[in-house]
Amino acid sequence: MRDASSSIPGDFRSMNEEQKPDRDKKKSRTGTKQTNSPKRPLKSGKTIVPGETVASTALTFVIAIMAFLACFTLGVVAMINASASKWQSDISREVTIQIKPADGREMDDAIRSAGRIALSYEGIAKVTALNDAATARLLEPWLGSGLELSELPVPRLLTVTIADGAKPDFAGMRARIEAEVAGASLDDHRAWIDRLTTMAVTMVLIGISVFLLMMAATVTTVIFATRGAMAGNRDVVEVLHFVGADSKFISKQFQRHFLSLGLKGAAIGTASAIGLFLLLATWSSFSVATPQGDQISALFGTFWPGWLGYIGMLAVTFLVAGLTALTSRWTVHNQIRILQDYNRIA
Amino acid sequence: MIKFENVGLRYGLGREVLSDLNFQIAPDSFQFLTGPSGAGKTSLLRLMLLSLRPTRGLVHVFGKEASKIPPKHMPTIRRKIGVVFQDFRLLNHLTTYENVALPLQVRGKMEANYRQDVTDLLDWVGLGERMHVLPPVLSGGEKQRAAIARALIDQPDVLLADEPTGNVDPPLARRLLRLFIELHRSGTSVVIATHDLTLMDQFDARRLVLNSGRLQIYE
Repeated sequence: MRDASSSIPGDFRSMNEEQKPDRDKKKSRTGTKQTNSPKRPLKSGKTIVPGETVASTALTFVIAIMAFLACFTLGVVAMINASASKWQSDISREVTIQIKPADGREMDDAIRSAGRIALSYEGIAKVTALNDAATARLLEPWLGSGLELSELPVPRLLTVTIADGAKPDFAGMRARIEAEVAGASLDDHRAWIDRLTTMAVTMVLIGISVFLLMMAATVTTVIFATRGAMAGNRDVVEVLHFVGADSKFISKQFQRHFLSLGLKGAAIGTASAIGLFLLLATWSSFSVATPQGDQISALFGTFWPGWLGYIGMLAVTFLVAGLTALTSRWTVHNQIRILQDYNRIA
Repeated sequence: MIKFENVGLRYGLGREVLSDLNFQIAPDSFQFLTGPSGAGKTSLLRLMLLSLRPTRGLVHVFGKEASKIPPKHMPTIRRKIGVVFQDFRLLNHLTTYENVALPLQVRGKMEANYRQDVTDLLDWVGLGERMHVLPPVLSGGEKQRAAIARALIDQPDVLLADEPTGNVDPPLARRLLRLFIELHRSGTSVVIATHDLTLMDQFDARRLVLNSGRLQIYE
């Protein structure tokens, strides 16, 4: 590699022109001298790393599938987390006052007294007493229709709705109601909330474990698929090395190419997962009045993984793309290290 | 430039395919490396290219003992050695022009600065009208000329060519030989591995003859 002042082509031009191959002097059918088509671009616009190969298409496909599965799992976990929190908050936003009937006890007075006491506490939004008809409806599955409540010693219920974010003094309320209203008791659903909390935490933990397993599978698959795709580029790495490219140049080319492949595949997978959630949400909104729709809504909410879920999916996209780029860089570095280090050459 | 001291090479546990090689490639020199098929010409070229390590002996390249060259300096050494592989090693997804321009591109040169040089060289090796074509469409001879052009484009200090005229007709072989001679006159040391006696007879140069793994030198 010397000073290019005496450039080779210049020296070549000084040689006998007549010795140039005849094809240089051929004329076209129109009789005009053929040129090197100066207007035609000399560069194909292709990158040094081969783009549209079977291996790279397969890699994009694998990345898209794994990103889809990872994002779908993440979305479901986020949805379960949101639904579990909603169940908890729905139940913990209500407490129930129960008044047992007894001989000589005036139930309507007792209901009014209990309601008054509950409303006297801060953070109580409203108190609703279940009227005879509502109570009869509640007992219908067990006692049948046409129930006459005055003939049976049926306890009466009041639902006390708590204002958003308020934390009323349930202990004080319980003590006053039990002292001032005969036969009354207050149920703050603590046992249910504890069970639901345990169940929700368990479900979320299971979901997170499934997501972590899914991510481990995604990471492993992407690494091996990238290395597989890189194996087909070994010749390219060698040629670049022998024409004098340094490891920084070579790894940059591969990293850029594989980052683009990873982004493409991960974007397809993530967009498909988001599309599926939007599709399910649309379906859920259309079937809101049906029994199946109500059950599914009760379990999964509105198929909305939440903004955190969507941000997580975007993070999965960039993680997968970054992983693809880093794996290619690492693989290239390994190949070049062997080519560059004379003492490692076989 | 390249110096071999008691170099021997064996593959695995087999017998030595090259034994007791002692020679040097001087600056501004021209030599043919010849010998029957299977004599070890390609192995010897690979030893000179530092893509193969001898089982014994020392190889010096540009004044440095090869095993003492730090890996990070290897690209600098590679840039001083142009190589024409027997199997061409062109990148099939790049055009002939891009393949020939590759050594300049990897050195970070701007295309505007080398476009004319590359097109002139391609014209000269008779590929002026094939510069937009991908290698799979090229004939064996055209691929060979593209590989030669790629090795020459940055005027290396040493050119190692493995059977560079193996796939071309005699007139073009003479023409390519003239190209190598021109390159040699401009200061490049040239080593051409060939078993084409007609080609060697056209230019009076040093001959390195390999036979049964041993080297005889005819100055």
